[in-house]
Amino acid sequence: MLETNIEVITDMRARTIKRHFREGIKNIFRNGWMTVASVGAVTMTLLLVGAFLGLILNLNHMAEKIEDDVVVKVLIDLTATDDDVISLGDQIKKLPGVETVVFSSKDDELQSLINSMGQGGDVWKLYEQENPLNNAYIVKADKPQETENIAKQVTNLAHVDSVTYGQEVAQNLFKFTSYARTIGIILIAGLVLTAIFLISNTIKLTIMARSREIGIMKLVGATNGFIRGPFFVEGLLLGVLGSIIPIVGVLAGYKLVENSITGVSSIGFVEILPFNPFAWELSAIILIVGAGIGIWGSLMSVRKFLKV
Amino acid sequence: MILMKDVYKTYENGVTALNGINVEIEQGEFVYIVGPSGAGKSSFIKLMYREIKPTRGTLFISNKDVSELKEKEVPYLRRNIGVIFQDFRLLPKLSVYENVAFALEVIEEPPKNIRRRVMEVLDLVGLKSKARFFPNELSGGEQQRVSIARAIVNRPKIVIADEPTGNLDPDTSWEIMRAFEEINNSGTTIIMATHSKEIVNTIKKRVIAIEDGLIVRDEHRGDYGYES
Repeated sequence: MLETNIEVITDMRARTIKRHFREGIKNIFRNGWMTVASVGAVTMTLLLVGAFLGLILNLNHMAEKIEDDVVVKVLIDLTATDDDVISLGDQIKKLPGVETVVFSSKDDELQSLINSMGQGGDVWKLYEQENPLNNAYIVKADKPQETENIAKQVTNLAHVDSVTYGQEVAQNLFKFTSYARTIGIILIAGLVLTAIFLISNTIKLTIMARSREIGIMKLVGATNGFIRGPFFVEGLLLGVLGSIIPIVGVLAGYKLVENSITGVSSIGFVEILPFNPFAWELSAIILIVGAGIGIWGSLMSVRKFLKV
Repeated sequence: MILMKDVYKTYENGVTALNGINVEIEQGEFVYIVGPSGAGKSSFIKLMYREIKPTRGTLFISNKDVSELKEKEVPYLRRNIGVIFQDFRLLPKLSVYENVAFALEVIEEPPKNIRRRVMEVLDLVGLKSKARFFPNELSGGEQQRVSIARAIVNRPKIVIADEPTGNLDPDTSWEIMRAFEEINNSGTTIIMATHSKEIVNTIKKRVIAIEDGLIVRDEHRGDYGYES
């Protein structure tokens, strides 16, 4: 008895859901240009969501990577004698937390600079005659957390011109990321609101066109949930349709960026999140945001209408 | 069955439509609601299917206080009440069959029940042969019979009709009244607001006259009582 009841209920659900989808899809075609406008607004919004999220998450990732970098570069004073250089090296080695200390002459430094510039690096070859760079020590810490501490101590030693380490670059990157995030949030929020507004207006058109039908539905005792169903589906579909182009864009665009960056391996610190799974995760986020915008828009338009 | 106690209705614009209605209607009764335009007939009827709520007073339908009903429960109240209007309110793009089936579909009846039941009521109102026709291919009387079929298709205990013959010529009106009598004979309560002196005086039933929001007359087998 109970089992057949459950069967009847699930059968009913499936039928009802099918009906809502059929009606919702019909509405999408019926609304023509308004559908195109709202899908377009969702598409624009999600393209920006995708671009900003991709950029911000990657910048964050890079900053974290660099922060984790255990290397401190100690530039040696140009006036230091060879003895000074050797004793500085010994002093650094004795600092707590230091793992290795490697000397890198100014010629080595110039060479690596030239290499890192790729094609444009040839210009720097002019300096081979009179190298303006410093000799340097590359200091590696045991643990990334000690990098900053070591850098500070080294700064106080004699014959040290300056000390650079990942943290500084990381801080700058974090700062840039936070600007990008603020701008992104403002832009995206504005676009999300526009998209929701357009979707709710599109659905309002459907509601007005179907007011007679809805009136009869209410009269014969259809529940509000049942009446809402097709509009919910319409909103959902508008949102999902709007996420197709952005998802394709993100997948293709990210593949392109990834390929072009791995091609130029010499850009040392640029290491983006791997396509798989990052691009797929980004696509999932876009789809969810799109569906959310659609559902929100539909709820907004139907809420007022059903209050009788 | 239906019980109103001291029911008042004042609309938001300040118009007072009902001014203390007390009435009891038993299951299976056939009641005419008569009175001049703007006397409160429509408000009286709208209260019963909870299109409007009373400002004051209580209204029981089948021992349930409708004035206290939650919004969520209203659809279930309406499944027990069939409503018929002067303007038929059919969906023009649906066939006769589909218009009637629509009422069952939206309350999620299983399809196999729908088919049988729709043909049954179309037979009852004499439109079985026109099931595939569209509303604009039917006469006014036929359209009203479709709307009656739709109102009774889920076997409501009460049928409420707001001037069902208002748009119809006299001959057609009798057709509609025959349908109502038949429905009433099967035990359904019928409450019908009307301006038709002829109908009320010919098919004698209980007559409730409303004037200025008050019941001024309530007679079994009464007369229309106004010059039409």
